[in-house]
Amino acid sequence: MAAADEASRPFAGLSDVSISEDIPVEGDISVPMGSSRRDDEFSTLDEPVKETILRDLRAVGNKFIHVLYPKRSSALLRDWDLWGPLLLCVTLALLLQGGAADSDDQGGPQFAEVFVIIWFGSIIITLNSKLLGGTISFFQSLCVLGYCIMPLTVAMAVCRIVLVGGSGPVSFGVRLVVVTASFGWSTFASTAFLADSQPPNRKALVVYPVFLFYFVIGWMVLTFSPSQ
Amino acid sequence: MASANDPFQFQEFEEAASLLEANRDATTITIDDEDNKPEKQRIAAGFTPDDDDEDRLASDDKAELLSGQKKSVPFWTFEYYQQFFDIETHHVKERIIGSVVPWPRKNFIHVYLRRNPDLYGPFWICTTLVFAIAISGNISTFLGKLGQPDYKYTPEFGKVTIAATAIFSYAWLVPLALWGFLLWRNNKAMNLVTYSFMEIICVYGYSLAIYIPAVFLWILPYEWLRWCSIMVALCLSGSVLVMTFWPAVRDDHPKVIIATMSAIVVLNALLAVGCKVYFFSKPEKLLPVEHAAPTTHSAATHST
Repeated sequence: MAAADEASRPFAGLSDVSISEDIPVEGDISVPMGSSRRDDEFSTLDEPVKETILRDLRAVGNKFIHVLYPKRSSALLRDWDLWGPLLLCVTLALLLQGGAADSDDQGGPQFAEVFVIIWFGSIIITLNSKLLGGTISFFQSLCVLGYCIMPLTVAMAVCRIVLVGGSGPVSFGVRLVVVTASFGWSTFASTAFLADSQPPNRKALVVYPVFLFYFVIGWMVLTFSPSQ
Repeated sequence: MASANDPFQFQEFEEAASLLEANRDATTITIDDEDNKPEKQRIAAGFTPDDDDEDRLASDDKAELLSGQKKSVPFWTFEYYQQFFDIETHHVKERIIGSVVPWPRKNFIHVYLRRNPDLYGPFWICTTLVFAIAISGNISTFLGKLGQPDYKYTPEFGKVTIAATAIFSYAWLVPLALWGFLLWRNNKAMNLVTYSFMEIICVYGYSLAIYIPAVFLWILPYEWLRWCSIMVALCLSGSVLVMTFWPAVRDDHPKVIIATMSAIVVLNALLAVGCKVYFFSKPEKLLPVEHAAPTTHSAATHST
């Protein structure tokens, strides 16, 4: 007891702290078997299908919000997915259909042409930024470029609504303003994510192809003429 | 003070040099700045370093890595193409300006490329030109046919493919042919100056840069303006090309020199005029006369 008193003197202020007897203190200091615990944590096989789909939808929706308010966050980069770009690409290509009546070779872009331009263009821009020494990965860059098409898709929807009202110079002016604003928004949003991964003396070299890409898509949106 | 006996005591390490004293010849990795590659290394590798890279692969990789020089990687790896994107924004700006302003004694390849040809400029200038031609052609057709009641605007998207084929084949096949031709002449008559394939592609790519503003000028429906801008652009880019390739053929037979130079200029002119004719229609200003002419013709055929 004397030794215990000697030992406890430096901690005299804590002498009134005690654990009452009726609270059981228990625990397990053995390391649990890794395999079964890991399966429990990451196995999504037992969850309902609705849960699985909603999780992906929530991730996609989260990224849409990031594009709407582009700030320098790494969420878009870290968990990349290509569902959003695919959704946007298909929506944009479908909205660009139903154009001029003779849609053989003098008409608007075909569905396949829009697809090829968006995906091929994104791949080339990604290759370009990687060749210039960018630190962003291939699919992260595809993800960012695809998600930043969203303002232009919204502009396409707005243009089609405006065109229902008429296709005179007034509607053209409105469409021009909308497309220009969304093109600027797309370029600004994507460079906010992409430009950080480049050394500063090559930023303009990476931003220019992105500018050209969204300019061409904006041109396709602006020149959409409905069949009458 | 460092105590070698106590392993838990923090130990101050001496300079790296003294540590290496024991083994001075140890292989160390040095990260070289790409721009500082010694000239003799490039010249020693042969006049066409790109071809030789593909021939001697394994032994040269090891030798060059250990000596800290620029490595020659096989052409199917990503790093091989990365060496052609080793430029900065101001380099691209300087090269574009240099391709537009022909200076009498300045050779584009020697002054601007300095043994560092890039693929960024040629590729993106060609792409921009393709879309510029398609968009400007579309706008000029629209403006030209604005008054006609039976005209329905179409985006004419198929023309992008045609423009892309024409411009990319000019920018990549003509340099290939020219390089092959120069190589063949180099075997026959020893020229002092030879250019690598990448350098020729670079020159051709940057020489197309002047056409981008010219193409946007073609939107205005004035024929004289279009032909003037073609002439100016042709003169500028043609003279840059001629002055660049003059040193490569000047020691050759005079007929060969004339043939080469005229081929370069003629192909350039063909591209410009062909694009103008195909994508930009003549403005139809004199509508009543054109309507009258067929009727007088048909009246003449009726009467005879």
